[in-house]
Amino acid sequence: MENLEALHENNKMDARVRKNSIWKSIFFLSTLFGLVVLVVLIARVLFQGVSWIDLDFITARLSTNADRAGIMGAILGTVWVMLVVIPVTLIIGVGSAIYLELYSKKGIIRSFIEMNISNLAGVPSIVYGLLGLTVFVRLMDFGNVVLAGGLTLALLVLPILIVSAQEALRAVPGHLSEASYGMGATKWQTIRRIILPAAIPSILTGSILSLSRAIGETAPLTVLGIPALLIPFPGGLFDTFTALPMQIYYWTIDASLVAEYANLAAATIIVLLLILFILNSVAIIIRNKFQQRY
Amino acid sequence: MSMATDNKVQIEVSNNHTTTENNTTQKRVVYDTKNLNLWYSENHALKDINLEMKENEVTAIIGPSGCGKSTYIKTLNRMVELVPGVSTTGSIAYKGNNILDKAMNVEDLRTRVGMVFQKPNPFPKSIYENVAYGPKIHGIKKKALLDDIVEKSLRGAAIWDEVKDRLNENAYGLSGGQQQRICIARCLAIEPDVILMDEPTSALDPISTLKIEELIKELKQKYTIIIVTHNMQQAARISDRTVFMLNGEVVEFSETDQLFSNPKDKRTEDYITGRFG
Amino acid sequence: MAKSSGSNLNSAVNVSELIAENKKKKSINNYMEKLVPAILFLLASITVLTTIGILYTLISQAVHFFMEIPILDFFTGTELKPLSQNPEFGILPLLNGTIFSSLIAILVAGPIGIMSAIYLSEYASDKLRRILKPLLEVLAGIPTIVYGFFAFTFVTPLIRSIWPQVEATNILSPGIVMGVMIIPMIASLSEDAMTSVPNGIREGSLAMGTTKLETTIKVVIPAAFSGIMASFVLAISRAIGETMIVTIASGSSKNFTFDLTQSMQTMTAYIVEVSGGEAPAGSTLYYSLYAVALTLFVFTLIMNLLAKYISRKFREEY
Repeated sequence: MENLEALHENNKMDARVRKNSIWKSIFFLSTLFGLVVLVVLIARVLFQGVSWIDLDFITARLSTNADRAGIMGAILGTVWVMLVVIPVTLIIGVGSAIYLELYSKKGIIRSFIEMNISNLAGVPSIVYGLLGLTVFVRLMDFGNVVLAGGLTLALLVLPILIVSAQEALRAVPGHLSEASYGMGATKWQTIRRIILPAAIPSILTGSILSLSRAIGETAPLTVLGIPALLIPFPGGLFDTFTALPMQIYYWTIDASLVAEYANLAAATIIVLLLILFILNSVAIIIRNKFQQRY
Repeated sequence: MSMATDNKVQIEVSNNHTTTENNTTQKRVVYDTKNLNLWYSENHALKDINLEMKENEVTAIIGPSGCGKSTYIKTLNRMVELVPGVSTTGSIAYKGNNILDKAMNVEDLRTRVGMVFQKPNPFPKSIYENVAYGPKIHGIKKKALLDDIVEKSLRGAAIWDEVKDRLNENAYGLSGGQQQRICIARCLAIEPDVILMDEPTSALDPISTLKIEELIKELKQKYTIIIVTHNMQQAARISDRTVFMLNGEVVEFSETDQLFSNPKDKRTEDYITGRFG
Repeated sequence: MAKSSGSNLNSAVNVSELIAENKKKKSINNYMEKLVPAILFLLASITVLTTIGILYTLISQAVHFFMEIPILDFFTGTELKPLSQNPEFGILPLLNGTIFSSLIAILVAGPIGIMSAIYLSEYASDKLRRILKPLLEVLAGIPTIVYGFFAFTFVTPLIRSIWPQVEATNILSPGIVMGVMIIPMIASLSEDAMTSVPNGIREGSLAMGTTKLETTIKVVIPAAFSGIMASFVLAISRAIGETMIVTIASGSSKNFTFDLTQSMQTMTAYIVEVSGGEAPAGSTLYYSLYAVALTLFVFTLIMNLLAKYISRKFREEY
């Protein structure tokens, strides 16, 4: 025992243990730092914007008059753009994932496409904006309309969706497809009737998450040339549009001109965050509900 | 009888399994394996296999793990190809058609040769949909006929009484033993000639195992059954003939009674008396 | 369901014959087996087309720019006056702004992110980690425009109340907020790297009587070092490409300065400014968009490849 005590003294054990617990607190506070900022951010936005949200604000058209301005146009714009993004990303994304995960053999083509996808995921969103501007707005001559915006955002979130759909397909246990092949089913029959249905909940979760990324994305739209004050509501793929994040952007930078615009921006942020919150909750519910044990 | 018409070897549909006679009249050879060798990339997994398996018999394949018994049974419906890098030489004649032939349509083969796997693997669908899966993918759409097939198959797998009131429930709600019988029913639904069973009871409790064994004896009347098992007692209980494999080779193949009571090969004797494996 | 059919069970159709019959008909299935993979391959190649589209767009337009402005002048020029009578196109002010904002961001997110990762991976209980981690991920899900608003209307005034010399638009505030945004990225990637350090190594050190802190600093972090580095590089790349926060909160002054209190423009913010300003197609100003975007693209690509290289090396360690 005496020896142990002597050792304890020699190794300055008390100081070392104290140091450990001090640093543990510092590590914990660091973890909290991000969360505190999150709380401050949300509190700040709520504090500034919540009193501006009423039925009129949601349903009214845009206006330079802060008291009369509403975001229905931006909401409809976002909805229209998503009506392009959803089918385009789902078809291309899930199709690509099936090809990569189930058809392509491990080899040059597959690793080339996969490397390409992972690099695309790292391309700044503003660069997609320039792609959209050059190809969809100018080259194909759509103009700065819903279709151009939707396709641009679709390309932007495609890599995310493909990777998550690949993971979903990979998670379907091999013994299910074995059982199907064992019955004399062809490959496509097995994919369509067994693998895809089993993977759909996770694919859905992944696509909702990539959709919410597209909804909040602003930078590519700024490049497409979305008008700052667009009064008419969009009603089709070839109408000009604005979207919720664009509206936040314009009101924020113009807040130095009209102070109330900052409040409008905050109110719009609340609406946007609410939409994202709902979407993410739905994604989590789907994931938990359909988490299957095979 | 090579029937290489239309670039595809058609498998003759025979009604043999409707004959219930089980007497000493000569049984036809269903699978005739000649000089089969199989490699997983560099690994020589099956070495010069020669076996004849007859209809309406239960043939058991035993041996220690890694001896190639699972690989061999998966070669019989070419499921082994799902592992990349597999190559074979030699031939396996199924009713006279070489199934290792490039021209062989594996979907046709697997329609005639059903398989039951080691771990019960029902689809995450209703019991009804599980059993109706095979007929549906093979183009049977009429609801009334499907209903018939489902009932008949579930009866055939001795599970009808347990599930007839819950056909629309997910098959995952059943116990392991019940799931395995659903898988057998699923297999019966397309009326194959042969049923391959890859250690079908290894994941089950003793009572469920017993039920499956009873079922196998029953099914033998109508189907040819090839079963891989690492349970020697099981092989002795249910099979007519037994194959003993070791290190990718067939050591001994004979009547089950004889193999267990009077093994010819020293290695077989060592194995069945528990001296290794 | 099968009640009505019970009577004809015994006289049922021979299913195997029926199936064989069906197989003889050349069904649509045969075509699908060939057609489907072809269609799926085409869908998968759209991503390759996207890359080609990006490269072609950027390079073909940037070439026009470099025909008017020599490449060397562009990369060494400290003056950026695109709208003046005698326009000058030096990218250094933009590079300066981009590097500064990213540097501030990583100075904020690096220490905090790695300390969070240490807490989550080494100290937090399983239960607590399962609460904290998703909450931290929420930060990564907030749209950047919201951060931009937050930086401009809250963080900047807050800084100015302490440090009055700071201008209304400055590089400091968006840099800090961008740092907050990339905390979850560093925290979660570094945590992955640390948790994948085998427990045996940890136990070996703890068994010799070291404290958890010592084990973490001397054993876990060195073992996870390349994974942590990769997370830093990825986070920097993300910061370089980030647009809205800097566009809103750092303004559009093309200062070539090292003064954090001033407004600086990043490459991304320049693209927003010029493309939003209806630059006439075909003008040097318009083409400068693509020259800047190409530079940005190359920067982030190199960072991403570097991160991948580092983390691949890391995977080989165990």
